Amino acid sequence: MDSMGIGSMLIVSIVSIAMGSVITTQTALQIESSWIPTWTVGFVSRTSIVMELCPTIISLLLVGNLGSRITAEIGSMRVTEQIDALEVMGINPASHLVLPKVLASLIVNPVLIIFSIFFALVGGYLTILITGSVSPYDFIDGLTYCFRVYDVVYALTKTFVFAFVMSTVSSFYGYRIEGGALELGKANTQGIVVSSFIILVLNVLVTQIML
Amino acid sequence: MIEINNVSKYFGDKQVLFDINTCFEEGKVNLIIGRSGSGKTVLMKCLVGLFSPEEGTVLYNNRDFHHMPDTDQRKLRAEMGMVFQGSALFDSMTIQENVMFPLDMFTDIPFEQKLERVNFCLERVDLHDVNRLYPAELSGGMMKRAAIARAIACNPRYLFCDEPNSGLDPKTALMIDELITEITHEFNITTVVNTHDLNSVITIGETISYIYQGRLEWRGSSDNVLTSDNELLNDFIYAQPLTQRIRKKL
Ligand SMILES: Nc1ncnc2c1ncn2[C@@H]1O[C@H](COP(=O)(O)OP(=O)(O)OP(=O)(O)O)[C@@H](O)[C@H]1O
Ligand SMILES: [Mg+2]
Repeated sequence: MDSMGIGSMLIVSIVSIAMGSVITTQTALQIESSWIPTWTVGFVSRTSIVMELCPTIISLLLVGNLGSRITAEIGSMRVTEQIDALEVMGINPASHLVLPKVLASLIVNPVLIIFSIFFALVGGYLTILITGSVSPYDFIDGLTYCFRVYDVVYALTKTFVFAFVMSTVSSFYGYRIEGGALELGKANTQGIVVSSFIILVLNVLVTQIML
Repeated sequence: MIEINNVSKYFGDKQVLFDINTCFEEGKVNLIIGRSGSGKTVLMKCLVGLFSPEEGTVLYNNRDFHHMPDTDQRKLRAEMGMVFQGSALFDSMTIQENVMFPLDMFTDIPFEQKLERVNFCLERVDLHDVNRLYPAELSGGMMKRAAIARAIACNPRYLFCDEPNSGLDPKTALMIDELITEITHEFNITTVVNTHDLNSVITIGETISYIYQGRLEWRGSSDNVLTSDNELLNDFIYAQPLTQRIRKKL
């Protein structure tokens, strides 16, 4: 679990800062009108970051990062007969290997995504500071305006669902490998494609159900 | 004792094992020999339940392994140790953790006692100062020995070794053969060894089953393996120039 999370921290923070910066710039550009109060920029940026961008984009990023690591780890255990060794000992390899990975993802992914939200907001704030398109006070005002706990619950619910999809699908593709190391690469790609696809479809569904 | 009755195994349409009948005796080293691709590994995997044969039965002391209740099967598996062709050590664990793993799973003795047992097993296979190393840091022969240590950690009644000395130098190969024989006699284990190593065939084969293209072709022991008049067996035994020359002298 430790090996899963820490390594992804750097890439997650970089992507998040960039994402926060871009979305804030875009929003500021679109809302350049005297009719709309300037705090809207902070408000809209926050809403998109917390509710959609971080849970979905970062989950997809983690599929490529953590998911593929799960596939590789379980797949290489399959190829080198370590899974057979477990089975001969009478241990159920599925629950012994897959369950801990699923549990770890359910803990690690939400933590990473909370960090990611924080970094994205910081990225947005820094952009405002540098470009000066909106006053920082108005931006912070917008960020904190009408804050709802439900938004966070919503973001975390998505994250949990996506983490579950990522860990189970990746494990599955690693587990069912037959043959050699060549299969490992193929399984990895399949795992990433299928997890991403399921995550994107579920994203639409969960959004419909929860909003 | 393990009895194999009329075992056939298919992969899709391809039949790999054809109606095999043989048995492996208690307290003895039982060899399965045959050329590469003859079906030795598949047969062994049928024995330990990694594959289930489409036809026939595998009996452990007259009890059908593939058709016993799950709880009994698990109990039986706890009495098995297996050394895989590629060692199959868990590469995320140290050697000590590897050997201790079956003890963690099947016993609840305190850590000190487990450690004692681990060190005893490592000592037994002549491995020293490797407790903290990872499998990737060992040589092939050391990995095989570590795998044997893991297989005997729980005092198994049945020991399965898939080509335990392939790819090793003759001295180390001999050492592993001797080790397996000693352990078998010392703890009265039913040991089954897959091999195509002629040295093993002559020195440790107390019973020998020769598999040719998925069929049991010959059954005997190291005493009569060199003097049988089975053509196919002789083709296998006397395949190399060295053994051919020895045959002329016999
Ligand atoms: N999982 C599998 N699916 C399909 N065919 C298989 C499978 N495993 C083995 N076979 C086939 O079964 C035959 C016997 O293979 P096996 O691995 O038992 O040979 P072996 O006697 O152990 O050879 P070696 O000495 O090289 O290890 C081979 O022709 C192989 O192609
Ligand atoms: Mg084999």
